Amino acid sequence: MHEEARGNFLYIIDMSILVKPNTRVIVQGITGSFGARHTQLSLGYGTQIVAGVTPGKGGQLFDNKAPIFDTVAEAVKETGATASAIFVPPPFAADAILEGVDAGLELVVCITEGIPVNDMVKVKRAMAGKATRLIGPNCPGVVTPGEGPDSHGGCRIGIAPGYIHKKGHIGVVSRSGTLTYEAVWQLTCRGAGQSTCVGIGGDPVAGTTHLDVIKMFTADPDTHGIILIGEIGGAAEEEAAEWIKHNCRKPVAGFIAGATAPPGRRMGHAGAIVSGGKGTAAVKIQALREAGIGVAPTPSEMAETLLKMM
Amino acid sequence: MNIHEYQAKQLLTQYGVAVPAGQSCDAPEAAKDIAQKLYQDGAKLTVVKAQIHAGGRGKGTFKNGFKGGVKLCKTADEVLENAKAMLGNVLVTKQTGPDGRLVSKLLVALAPQIQKELYLAVLLDRAASRPIIMVSTEGGVDIEEVAARTPEKIVKEWVDPAVGLMPFQARKLARALELKEGLIGQAAKLISGVYKTWWECDASLVEINPLCIITDAQGKPGISAVDAKISLDDNALYRHANIQAMRDLAEEAPLETEASEHNLNYIKLDGNIACLVNGAGLAMATMDIIRHYGGMPANFLDVGGGASTEQVTAAFKIIMKDLNVKGILVNIFGGIMDCNIIATGIVAAVKQTGLKLPLVVRLEGNNVSAGKRTLADSGLTLITGDSMADAAQKVVGAVGN
Repeated sequence: MHEEARGNFLYIIDMSILVKPNTRVIVQGITGSFGARHTQLSLGYGTQIVAGVTPGKGGQLFDNKAPIFDTVAEAVKETGATASAIFVPPPFAADAILEGVDAGLELVVCITEGIPVNDMVKVKRAMAGKATRLIGPNCPGVVTPGEGPDSHGGCRIGIAPGYIHKKGHIGVVSRSGTLTYEAVWQLTCRGAGQSTCVGIGGDPVAGTTHLDVIKMFTADPDTHGIILIGEIGGAAEEEAAEWIKHNCRKPVAGFIAGATAPPGRRMGHAGAIVSGGKGTAAVKIQALREAGIGVAPTPSEMAETLLKMM
Repeated sequence: MNIHEYQAKQLLTQYGVAVPAGQSCDAPEAAKDIAQKLYQDGAKLTVVKAQIHAGGRGKGTFKNGFKGGVKLCKTADEVLENAKAMLGNVLVTKQTGPDGRLVSKLLVALAPQIQKELYLAVLLDRAASRPIIMVSTEGGVDIEEVAARTPEKIVKEWVDPAVGLMPFQARKLARALELKEGLIGQAAKLISGVYKTWWECDASLVEINPLCIITDAQGKPGISAVDAKISLDDNALYRHANIQAMRDLAEEAPLETEASEHNLNYIKLDGNIACLVNGAGLAMATMDIIRHYGGMPANFLDVGGGASTEQVTAAFKIIMKDLNVKGILVNIFGGIMDCNIIATGIVAAVKQTGLKLPLVVRLEGNNVSAGKRTLADSGLTLITGDSMADAAQKVVGAVGN
């Protein structure tokens, strides 16, 4: 990141949002089975996982590759990491996020599902005014595909399958994991690569919104088109659509899941609920259409809808 | 998770919120005893309230023809008669659907003399990532109607989680309720207590509707939470053993309870095409695409990212217990999971459960060709779909919608 801050050159030849293939990443909760498995997959993808953090296990080595530290601050100091992936269990996740913030990380990606909402309310308040960006929680993470075969050599933070990606110019932002993979795979199968794919997570209180990511894609010269995937609950998709209408000149295709969901029921994701007639798929789809976003009639046609617009 | 009104009032009382004196019971004689005690303590009127997780109880009708799940009574004998009519019977309200809910608990409480009905609720404002307190002078009616017709009559106050609800904010809200001097302090205390209940119990909603200005036995005005509804954040239940104990399995759909025991996320719907999907977003999208091609989804079912053989088998068993189901669509994007392992799991589950219904499988992802081969070589008469659209069209066709 320091290199990028100094000169624009690297920035120009290697654009994307949030993370780049050379981003140095640590994993909080690297020794748990979930964290360990996905750290191995990220290392296999060619991601620069430079350290892990597990309190009490400092001094050990993960997979003979990455040193483990007791604290994030030490890991950052020793490795120059700027981003982290969090795989700790829900009761400890708020603490892990704020430890990453305290250590001055630029990006914290929290994969953990099932964090109490009030913990996230406190985390968001504590992060006000801090430079760290939080993605998630309850999200698949971020992938900036690499140049190698099956997009090897990219930066994979989280749990998304790396090989379905392809380096290119489409940005993908979504609240759902598998629906993101579906969109990415549709793009890759049609030869359309991705600049960066961001899963912002399915919880009602999240670090980053659709709008935050849309603004980054709009500003990124390497992103030529955007797929926005939303679902019932809240009004984040409408907020993003309103901004796109006035500020984004790039083609945007969208899909909203949950048109058939019964009101008042939580559809798997903590945030996926229609309450008091608010947050319905119909209202969101209408907002997308009014903003000139191409709405995919079915989830099978997300890539096709965007590619027709480009 | 939702809890009953009497449980909500127990929690609120712990945080100093004034509620009408009362007690829950599950037998008519016990209801009479509670009422007798209330009358001895000076009550002029009592109320019997059916305890179910649904609103509209007062205007509901029991399947035995008895009208009203909330009844005012002048004597303990009247309480006894009403309790007999309600207990063990099914109450149908506009929120329960035609099946209604079995009433097995009652709340017998003092019915205070009500001067005015107000509204108070605490919930999460997702956009602000902060708690929001809403009050209205228009209580006792559906707040969504107030919001639609007279939004200016709903007053909102956001709480900074770093400091919690400040006393001035509670006073502001009390003023917004147009309360007179003597009641402002009382109301501010009650509002603070309701907020504290929301925050400390990890509730997703605390709603007091109506919040009432009452005249007490001495003829003095007071404030009381006459009805209460609390929903809780499932993710935080692990730190509230007392609230976990309030779970009422009788209020949950049996198949949904069974699914949760297998870590499956299942919600029953009214259609006839069952779906089994990995991931919540993809599961919702699968329901949508079934509907798009003219079918009706029978359920939402997320087997999680892993989709192990055990889970898939359990999922098939649950799906097949829904007698409306005429066909099944399996949609798995095995990004990291080996699709062959998933296919093996599907084959094992179908053989174990003896499934006879049309089954359409759409597999995509890691090692998918081996997975498709396993399905093809299984000897089962299943249909494979190449894409979500293809699979959805095939299952709708097979079911004959």
